[in-house]
Amino acid sequence: MTMVEALEADSSNKNVEDLVVADMNSANAQIPAASLRNASVRFGAFTAIENLNLDIDEGAFYTILGPSGCGKSTLLRLISDLIPAAAGEVQVLGKSTEEARLAREFAFVFQEASLLPWRTALENVQLPLEMGKRRGVKIPVSEKPPLELLELVGLKGREDALPHELSGGMRQRVAIARALVCKPKLLLMDEPFGALDEMTRDHLNLQLLQIWKETGVTVLFVTHSIPEAVFLGQKVLMLQAHPGRLKEIVPVDLPYPREIKLRDTVEFTKHAAYLRQLLETC
Amino acid sequence: MSVVQEISDETVADDAEAANARRRKLENMLVPLAMVAALLACWQLGVRLFEVPTYIAPAPSDVATEFVEKFPLLVKNFWPTLYESVLGFFAGNLAAILIAIAFVHYKFVEKAFFPLAVFINTIPILAIAPILVLIFGAGLTAKVVIAALICFFPTLVNMVRGLQSVSPQSLELARILSASKSEIFWKIRLPSSLPFLFSALKIAATTCVIGAIVGEWIGADVGLGALIIDSTFNFRSALLYATVFMSSGLSVFLFVMVSLAERFFIRWQ
Repeated sequence: MTMVEALEADSSNKNVEDLVVADMNSANAQIPAASLRNASVRFGAFTAIENLNLDIDEGAFYTILGPSGCGKSTLLRLISDLIPAAAGEVQVLGKSTEEARLAREFAFVFQEASLLPWRTALENVQLPLEMGKRRGVKIPVSEKPPLELLELVGLKGREDALPHELSGGMRQRVAIARALVCKPKLLLMDEPFGALDEMTRDHLNLQLLQIWKETGVTVLFVTHSIPEAVFLGQKVLMLQAHPGRLKEIVPVDLPYPREIKLRDTVEFTKHAAYLRQLLETC
Repeated sequence: MSVVQEISDETVADDAEAANARRRKLENMLVPLAMVAALLACWQLGVRLFEVPTYIAPAPSDVATEFVEKFPLLVKNFWPTLYESVLGFFAGNLAAILIAIAFVHYKFVEKAFFPLAVFINTIPILAIAPILVLIFGAGLTAKVVIAALICFFPTLVNMVRGLQSVSPQSLELARILSASKSEIFWKIRLPSSLPFLFSALKIAATTCVIGAIVGEWIGADVGLGALIIDSTFNFRSALLYATVFMSSGLSVFLFVMVSLAERFFIRWQ
């Protein structure tokens, strides 16, 4: 035991509560960011997800790939408490999805930025701070104020712009800043860059990796682009369709920080080729 | 050198563009004005050429003279119609907005009342006006009610559509933020509905004047509607035409007011 640790232990002994909190924090380290046990989702007679078992490691970057109808979006909606599980159990950081929603443990970024058109970029980022109080949400505040979050996503100086004055890529960046404002531990992204052009997409991919590194947030990123899945993810969750199941978890052993030219390397192409083959058998 | 060149080129281009814009603006004003002037000239010429009696069709110059001479009379009858129209406008639209809110939040209310609203809308305003005058008497109230009624339905339909125009993703976002119904209403639904509301209000700005005038036809001794009936039956055609212009001026005035309010409230389109 070093001097500092001894001092800290001594001071926390005075406050029993502090010790308990510290204990809980160390226990939290083993709790997955999200876990599904035999989870199924049904829409009427249609089974979107069947018997899914999955643990999402905290702090990791997952990309989700799969043919259409495999329940990629459904999986994110299940974790974010937008749709209920027909069977099985879903937990976010050891809590039920509803508790996690009320604690603002996760945030969602949609395919469309879905900004409120009458609010400026800054006001859109502030929206999560204004909602949910009546439902008993204790709103956690990010260390970074909304203005700094806009700076983080590269929109310094555009805080007073209305959404129609921003490009598609900029709007999506506002949506990302909005998602970060409550300091979520889990960031759910449903094809957020699917509607953007290639250049903008590359730029936002790099920016997202930067944000991931800075915030340490766990990311679940749905995409239909194999290169995007390989470029971003530490692990690729390959789902299969009819009914939606987990096919394989493919680790991507490429070092971070990743740069665009990584895509021209042999290792990258190998990963992409493997995923393409896998996708064909889904 | 090249930078300076570019800048001066740009300013030249800017100047040319500004001049172009000015010319286009002037054209946009002059063309319709010239058209109106030409129509008036044709009318004047036609009436004089074919010696049409004034009581059948007065020449524009007769109408203009009457307008100036009888201006105090016109203004005296303008105010009551303005009150009735504006009061009816507010009453009818407020009722429509509140009922639309109820419709959107309680499907049951919509099921119960929407057929009734459609039925009331199908009754021609000219047919229902006498009934309302019988119920409310020949005073101000009947005219306000008629003006309100004529505004009501378009606003109701538009407001319901506006409140439902929220994108599904915005509602999903609200759910993830655990927003309450009132938070969703004030922060998402109501602002989303404003463009729809204002297109309805622009319709209402002109129809409420029709309502007030129809109300005055049935029974009134003041107001532009009363003046229209009076001048028609006395063959004072020039005065009739002048009154018609006054009524249309009232509609234009209300329309412009609503448009200005729209521009103030909706800055995001």
